[in-house]
Amino acid sequence: MSVMARKLAGVTGAVVIVGVLIGLYINNWAVSTPQAISATPVADATTPTSDLTLQTDAAVGPQESPNHPDWVSYLVKQNGRWIRSTIFTVPANSLVHVTVYQFDGDSGLRNPFLSAVQGTVGGTETVDGKALNHINPEEASHTFVVPQLGVFVPLPGVPEEAKNQCEVGPCDPGTMAHRTVEFTFHTGAKGRFRWQCFVPCAAGTYFNFGGPMQSLGYMDGYIDVV
Amino acid sequence: MSSEAPPAGAPEPDHLRRFVSIWLVATIIALPLVIFVLGPNLPPGHGSDVASGQVTDNTVLTAMATPVLLLVVIYMIYATINFRQAKGGMLEGQAVRGDARLQTSWIIITGALVLSLAVYGTIRLEQGYGAGSGSGPKPLTVPSGKKLPVQVIAQQWAFTYRYPTYGGVETTHLELPVNEDIELHVTSLDVIHSFWAYQLGVKADANPGVDNVTFVKPTRIQTFEVHCAELCGLWHGAMYDHGKVVSDADFETWIHEEQRNFAATTKVLPPYALTYAPEPTERGH
Repeated sequence: MSVMARKLAGVTGAVVIVGVLIGLYINNWAVSTPQAISATPVADATTPTSDLTLQTDAAVGPQESPNHPDWVSYLVKQNGRWIRSTIFTVPANSLVHVTVYQFDGDSGLRNPFLSAVQGTVGGTETVDGKALNHINPEEASHTFVVPQLGVFVPLPGVPEEAKNQCEVGPCDPGTMAHRTVEFTFHTGAKGRFRWQCFVPCAAGTYFNFGGPMQSLGYMDGYIDVV
Repeated sequence: MSSEAPPAGAPEPDHLRRFVSIWLVATIIALPLVIFVLGPNLPPGHGSDVASGQVTDNTVLTAMATPVLLLVVIYMIYATINFRQAKGGMLEGQAVRGDARLQTSWIIITGALVLSLAVYGTIRLEQGYGAGSGSGPKPLTVPSGKKLPVQVIAQQWAFTYRYPTYGGVETTHLELPVNEDIELHVTSLDVIHSFWAYQLGVKADANPGVDNVTFVKPTRIQTFEVHCAELCGLWHGAMYDHGKVVSDADFETWIHEEQRNFAATTKVLPPYALTYAPEPTERGH
């Protein structure tokens, strides 16, 4: 084999290897989704009911997101452990009772209309035990919204002056300052429904709607009704 | 050049005459089919005055394009059959030289087609009060008479709708009364979106800080699709909804119910405005 042929083979091989690596990276980026987490069935409920326990953190932390530890995120509780996933599996034609431990401060809603609670059982949420049908839009920290199901739930932020604020997730509801938001919604027919946060809460990104607002597994996800 | 050399003394057929004859016959057959069979079924249908206008426009465009399409396709087929090189032959083709008469005719005909369409399009836009597209904050032509103003507010990733003549109530669904002139004011709270009510023939960009006005008169009771037609982020593809066109009485019932349902929320909304500052721009501000 001539020198020129060896060079050509080397360059070709290098190009192929780099191309494969780029392809694998893009494939991993494009298809990587969080694992689906099933809601926990509630025993002895008259209507089929399942529980979903979530928390929202200002910074998800290196444990759950080594690449983006400072991104704002939802976490879900499974078997007593907090997991970074935003894909939830719930039963069809049933009630889903959601508890959100809200550890983040307020940002305010870009559209105050979304401060109204919609689509929940009774048209209300409870915030620290108090039933509300809307919150002060400027106090919104996040929202849990499933547009296709008509579910709109605003989550108020932790006051600035609160002690023991959680800096990095997962946060402990037993010791850290938080708001407890509870609501129940009806699932209806089977299907996959996207959900999202509407508060521009991704600090340091374009218009606060980049990064975790544009990535599955942080502030956006799916409700799989099965 | 034919596939086989004509016998000595046999005249070369008049290809131009044959080709033009075939094209004329095909055009005479195709045009009525395009105008009377295909045309009425072209999108977006007849859900509103502007949608019907777009069906007419699409029919005119297709009818004008048909002879051109046939000219090109029939010429390709004709040339493939008649000017095919003989099997095994390796002859050089004749040198191509310009034909001033042909080139001039082509430029004049296609120029006339394009310019006439530009004139037609301009007139249709003016006659149709923007023909369902956004005309910016100051439309050049406005339909006379009473109009129901409805504001379309886009944000990542949902549309909401505000009715200024009903106390500024905002809703998550769009309902419109049938056979009434609607004045849509389209704006955005963040990035660029596009409000596309397909069956109504309305498509208007939603730009932050801009009041993009468009007019439509729904002409039948129906459900229509609403899509975002501008790539706007993660859930752009899921940014859709269904709107309704209902009778006057049903609309009045629905809007008053929405006013009651959202009475508390309406109080915390900013006063109705043609645009809204996209606040908060930064976290906590």
